[in-house]
Amino acid sequence: MSAHTDTIDEFVASDYKYGFVTDIESESLEPGLNEDVVRFISAKKNEPEWLLEWRLKALRHFEKMECPTWPHVKYPPVDFQDISYYSAPMKKGDGPKSLDEVDPKLLETYEKLGVPLHERARLAGVAVDAVFDSESIGTTFKEDLAKAGVIFCSISEAVQEHPELVRKYLGTVVPYTDNFYATLNSAVFSDGSFVYIPKGTRCPMELSTYFRINAANTGQFERTLIVAEESSHVSYLEGCTAPMRDENQLHAAVVELVALDNAEIKYSTVQNWYPGDEEGRGGIYNFVTKRGICKTNAKISWTQVETGSAITWKYPSVILQGNDSVGEFYSVALTNNMQQADTGTKMVHIGKNTRSTIVSKGISAGKGQNSYRGLVQVGKKATNARNFSQCDSLLIGDKCGAHTFPYIEAKNPSASIEHEATTSKIGEDQIFYCNQRGLEPQDAVNMIVNGFCKEVFRELPMEFAVEAQKLLDVSLEGSVG
Amino acid sequence: MSQAAATDPATTDPATTPVEAFAAMEQNGAARMPLRKAGLARFSESGYPSLNDEDWRFTNLRPLTEFPFRPVAAPLGQAPGPEQLDGLTFDRLDADRLVFIDGHFNAGLSQIADQPSGVTVSNLARYEGELGSVSAGDDNPFVALNDAFFTDGSLIQIADGQRLAKPAHLLFVTTASEEGEAAHVRNWIDAGANSHGTIIESHLSLGQAATVTNVVTETRVGDGANVEHIKFQDQSARAFHLASLHSELGRNARYAFHSIALGSRLSRNNLRMRLAGPGIECVLNGLYMTRGQQLADHHMIVDHAAPHCDSHEYFNGILDDHSRGVFHGRILVQPDAQKTDAKQTNKNLLLSDDATANTKPQLEIYADDVKCTHGATIGEMDDDAIFYLRARGIDTCTARRMLMHGFAGEIVERIRHDAVREELDALVWDRLETEHQLG
Repeated sequence: MSAHTDTIDEFVASDYKYGFVTDIESESLEPGLNEDVVRFISAKKNEPEWLLEWRLKALRHFEKMECPTWPHVKYPPVDFQDISYYSAPMKKGDGPKSLDEVDPKLLETYEKLGVPLHERARLAGVAVDAVFDSESIGTTFKEDLAKAGVIFCSISEAVQEHPELVRKYLGTVVPYTDNFYATLNSAVFSDGSFVYIPKGTRCPMELSTYFRINAANTGQFERTLIVAEESSHVSYLEGCTAPMRDENQLHAAVVELVALDNAEIKYSTVQNWYPGDEEGRGGIYNFVTKRGICKTNAKISWTQVETGSAITWKYPSVILQGNDSVGEFYSVALTNNMQQADTGTKMVHIGKNTRSTIVSKGISAGKGQNSYRGLVQVGKKATNARNFSQCDSLLIGDKCGAHTFPYIEAKNPSASIEHEATTSKIGEDQIFYCNQRGLEPQDAVNMIVNGFCKEVFRELPMEFAVEAQKLLDVSLEGSVG
Repeated sequence: MSQAAATDPATTDPATTPVEAFAAMEQNGAARMPLRKAGLARFSESGYPSLNDEDWRFTNLRPLTEFPFRPVAAPLGQAPGPEQLDGLTFDRLDADRLVFIDGHFNAGLSQIADQPSGVTVSNLARYEGELGSVSAGDDNPFVALNDAFFTDGSLIQIADGQRLAKPAHLLFVTTASEEGEAAHVRNWIDAGANSHGTIIESHLSLGQAATVTNVVTETRVGDGANVEHIKFQDQSARAFHLASLHSELGRNARYAFHSIALGSRLSRNNLRMRLAGPGIECVLNGLYMTRGQQLADHHMIVDHAAPHCDSHEYFNGILDDHSRGVFHGRILVQPDAQKTDAKQTNKNLLLSDDATANTKPQLEIYADDVKCTHGATIGEMDDDAIFYLRARGIDTCTARRMLMHGFAGEIVERIRHDAVREELDALVWDRLETEHQLG
C-alpha cells in the first residue's frame, strides 16, 4: 500500500497551462456591491429601463438572502464587497467593428488558448463568442449564421438589438429569486451569449463561447440565454480558463435554456478554470446555476467535463414540462489536489411520458472531494415517467473522498426510477496488468480513467471529446496509483 | 399530571408543556437528573424539527405537534389483564417477555425465566448505568425528549461468552384512551464479548387514541458477539411512533436489525450504527407497508469507522392509498475504513396514484479501497414479470399476488430466528391479502 501511495503523490503535480495573464489595459470598477454598481453596469451597457429595474429588484432580494451552507464543500466566507463587479478591456475609440479591429493582444490571448477567432477558424467550422472578463470581444461567423436566421451574439448586444426576445425569455427559467448566486448574477451580470434559433431551423454549425477571466480581484458573472423555437436544433459548447493567482476569484454564472415544442438543445461544457495549486491556494469558485425547460417532445442534453475550479458547485437541470420531453445529463467531474466539487443535476418530471438519463462519473485524486448531488422528481401527473441514474466514483489515492447524495421523489405509481451508484478505485492489479504489457503507470491510469469516462465523452462533439480526454490526462498527470 | 390542564389542544403550545411536566420526573431517581436536565435543555433549544431540517424534510410532524404533550408519568388507570394480551403478535413464542404498558413496566404480565449467571433481563428502572453514553452526540430532538422524560424500559445484559437462554421479547403496549398521551421508553442492551442473543421488540396499541411512543434503544455489541434484533411495529392508525436505535459494534461482531413497520399514522425509525472495530458484519433489513394517510420513515447512518467491515441495508416499501414512504440511508466510510464492503438498496412499490415515495440513498466515502454500492427503485409492479407468469398459465391476479409476496418475503426471509420469521411471514401475508386488495 505504501509504495502505491508514494507514486500517487508524485502523480499529483500537474501544470495548468492556461495560467498566464494578458497584459492589457482594462477598465475596472472599484470593489463593492451596491445600487450604484448595478446602475453603472446597466448604464455602461446602455440598457433599457426594464432591465435596470429587474437588476435592482434582484439586488434588493440578494441583500435579504443568506449564503447557502448545504453543499458538501468547505471554503472561507466570500466577502461580496471585496469583489469588482465589472472589468473590461479598454476600448480604443468607438470599439471594434469587426474582429480585424480587435486589440491584437486579445486575439493573441485566444490564439494561445487555442480558440480559433480569426478567419482561419472557418476551417474549424465553429462559431465562437469570446468573452473576456465582463465583455464579449467578438463573435465569429455572424453573417453566415444570420443567413440561416440564427441569432448568436453577446447578451449585451441582444439587449440592444433584440430587446423583445430577451425580455420575453430572460429570467423565465431561472428567476432572479432562484438562489443566492443566481440572484447575485441577476443583479450584476455583465455579459454572456445569446442564441436564438428560429422555428424549424437546424443551426448550420456548432456554436461556442469561450470565457476567459483575466483581471485580478474581479468576479465574472455571465449570463447565457438560449432559445430554440419549435422544431429547431442547436449544439452549443462552452469553455473556460483563467490565470493562476493566489487569491480565489468568484465566478457565478446563470445559463437558461428554452426548448420549445420538438426542439433540441445540446449544451456541452469543458470547464477548466484555474483549480488552485496543490496546497489549495487560489483558484476559481465556480458557483453556477444552469437550467433548461422542455416543452412538448423537446429534448435538452447537458454534457459537462469539469476539471478546473477550486470549488465547483453546479447542478445543470431540466424541467420536463411538456409531454414526451427528454432530459439528459452526462458528467465527468475530476477533483485533484485540494479541489472540491459538489455537482449533479435535477430532473423534474411534470409532463407525461417524460424520460431522463443521468450518467455521472466522479474522479477523486490527491485530496480532492467529489460529491454527486441530484434530484429526480416525478410529479403526480407525470404518467409513465422514466428515469435512469448511474453515479460512479473512482478514487485515486487514499486521501480523497467521493460522495453521493441523490434525492428521489415519486408521486406517480407508473413512474419507473432506477438509481445505481458504485465506488471503486484503480486497483494495483489493474496497473500491474498494464505494466506487464509495456504501458507506463501514467498511461495505464489515463487509459483506465478514459475507459471509466467513455460513456460521457461519447456524448461530446468530436473535437471537444478529444480535448476533454487530453485535459483529463493533463489534470491527472503525475498522480499514478 | 397535567392531563386535566390541557383542555384545548389547538391553543396549547407544545413546546412549553413538557417543561411543566418535567417536575414530575424527579421521582424516577435523582441519579438520572443530570441526563434529564441536559435532555430538556437540548429540547428547549431545538424544539420539534420542521420540514426545513434536512433530516426531516419529507416527514411532516405537524399532526404530532398539534397535540398537547403529556408524558405518562404514572401508569394510567386499570392495566389490561393477561387475556387482553392474548392473540397479540408473538404471544405463543417461547420467549422471556417484558411487558410495558404506556411506558411502565408491568411485572404481572411479564414472564421471565431464570437466567444463567451474568445475564440480566429486566426493566431498567433501578439501573444506574451509563444511559445516554451510546446515544450521546445525536441531535435528534426526540432523543433529547426521551432523555428528559423516559419512564422505564428494558435492560438486557449478557456477560462475555454468555447467551440468552430464550429470545427476550420486549412488548410495548399503549392503552391510552385520551389523545396525546406520550410514552417515553428507554432500552439498554449490552452484549458482552462473544455473547449471543435474540431480542424481539414489539410495539402495539390496545386503544385507538392518538398516542405518541418515543423509544430510544442503546445497544452495545461486544467483540465477536452475535445479536439479532427484530422490531415489529403495528400500532393503531392514529398513533405516532418515534424510535431511535443507537448501536455500537465491536470487532468481529455480527449484528442484524430487522424493522417491520406496518402501523402508526406516522412512524420514524432513526438507526445509527457505529462500526467501531474491524471485521464487523452489520445487516439492517426493513419492510414497511402503508396505506390510508400513513407515513413510514427510516433514517439511517452507518458509520464505518474501522477497516474490513461489511454492512448491508435492504429496505422494501409497499405504499398504498395516500401514504408515504421515506427512506434516508447514509453510508459513511471514514478515512481508515479500508476494505469496506457496503451495500444499500431501497425498493418501493407504489400501489395507488396518490402514494409518494421519497428516497435518499447516500454514500460519503473518504477511503479509497472500498466497495460501496447503492440502488433505489420506485415503480409499480413489473409488467414484464406479470407477463412472464401469465405466459406460464398463471392468471394476472395470482401473478400480482406472487410478485407482491415475493417483494415482501425477501425481507422477512432474512430474519434468522425461525419461529419469529414464520410468524411474521404469515402475518405479512395475511395483511397483503386482506388490506391491499390484491385481486
